[in-house]
Amino acid sequence: MPVITYISADGAINDIEVESGSSVMQGAVDSMIDGIVAECGGSCSCATCHCYVDDAWQDKVPAASEMEKDMLECVLEPEPNSRLSCQINITDDLDGLVVRLPKSQF
Amino acid sequence: MTDSCCVIVGASHAGGQLAVSLRQQGWQGRILVIGEEPYLPYNRPPLSKTFLSGQKQVNDLLIRPQAQYEKVGIEFLLGQNVTVIDRVQKKVILSGGDEISYGKLALATGARVRTLEILGSTLKGVLYLRDIGDVEKIRQHIGPGKKAVIVGGGYIGLETAAMLRQLNLDVTLLESADRILNRITAPELSAFYARVHEEEGVRIETSVSITEFAGDTHVSEVKCQDGSMYPADLVIVGIGVLPNTELAETAELKTSNGILVDGNCLTNDPDIVAAGDCTSHFNAFYDRQLRLECVQNAMDQAKAAAATLCGKPNQYNALPWFWSDQYDLKLQIAGLSNDFDELVLRGDPESGRKIAAFYYRSGKVIAVDAVNSPQEFMIGKQIISRELEVDKRKLSDPAVAMKSLIV
Repeated sequence: MPVITYISADGAINDIEVESGSSVMQGAVDSMIDGIVAECGGSCSCATCHCYVDDAWQDKVPAASEMEKDMLECVLEPEPNSRLSCQINITDDLDGLVVRLPKSQF
Repeated sequence: MTDSCCVIVGASHAGGQLAVSLRQQGWQGRILVIGEEPYLPYNRPPLSKTFLSGQKQVNDLLIRPQAQYEKVGIEFLLGQNVTVIDRVQKKVILSGGDEISYGKLALATGARVRTLEILGSTLKGVLYLRDIGDVEKIRQHIGPGKKAVIVGGGYIGLETAAMLRQLNLDVTLLESADRILNRITAPELSAFYARVHEEEGVRIETSVSITEFAGDTHVSEVKCQDGSMYPADLVIVGIGVLPNTELAETAELKTSNGILVDGNCLTNDPDIVAAGDCTSHFNAFYDRQLRLECVQNAMDQAKAAAATLCGKPNQYNALPWFWSDQYDLKLQIAGLSNDFDELVLRGDPESGRKIAAFYYRSGKVIAVDAVNSPQEFMIGKQIISRELEVDKRKLSDPAVAMKSLIV
């Protein structure tokens, strides 16, 4: 099973096994990682599952939709590597993916 | 105190989050969640969408799998009804007679559908949509070409109409008011949604007063006061919900259209908190009592309630928000638009599938409805919660970037 590394804003590191077919958001919610809120349950409606994808993984993660890009522009502290974690589906290719979580979700 | 047993009544979105938040905030004792339905806490919003269409199954709806709760010692007692809260002896009694003692108690009993009690309302094929069981029943009745009549032009009615059209049913929607969405949006937005639904082939009738569901054992027709009749293979009634407050009432907790809670989600009993659709709280921003029916409120109140029980009170003070997906329309709503006195539209409601409406009261933006307009929603949330003043002329001009309005 792919392992995803979540690094919280306070530096805490969690390596979590997440099933293929799930999402980066769902992996964090399942494991009760605090930095992902995910109010809309993964429908790209709330932008409370914002994360930063590690530079080394940028090219391996499929690109964001226009809807997601529009929302990302307006999150707190957007960066070029910002993503909504509910929109990153887990595949075997993402084994080892590293994401950082923001200080707060809005 | 945090080593005693916390009993949570309601395996709802709020109940599940409350259990998780208790552990996250350091609750050491037992946590037991009692639910009426046979399911672990699940996401309700997809019920009228991808679960109705069959794209998602029950397991896809669960917020977390069983194993994750087990890992942190959250226990569930499912398919069970709590019938009595004994506040003196601090225990709850189940319908089977079993008693469970609590140190702290949390109520997340949710809401139930408002039913339409008219002639024929018990006929087969007259259905509601609130939980998994309801949708499983609806799924047995649908099929291409069947005639569905939806009663109620609120979000549930409209989302259901949209999905049934996409499944190639013949859909008629009946609304008692003179426009759909009349309690929750401006007339311009109602007209926008009515237009899109008509473009998609839904027949919408407003100012309709239904008098009877007719049929032998199964509904076959909906009859109205003005003599009009609509053939129906199934009817789905979506006319709102009522808070489940009876358990609290019989325990003499204070209720008034919801279990009354303070900013820390405490009821009038210091050992009992409540969260989610079943509660009513005073909201300082809107300056009135509110009973909200949304995921955001369920989650935020659950977190506040858990913080209170763990002795780290953290006032609940969040801007309500909602969403609704219909066809290719993604609606995101921030705030509550009731009692608005001025409306600023961004985009043309009479054409296309993108529009935003900003609602003002006394010169302040109090809500935004954003259709396929995520930036209007995101920036709108900031305008509302930070009480920002923006140039209305620029706000109404889609060519002016939303972000530039608040710098």
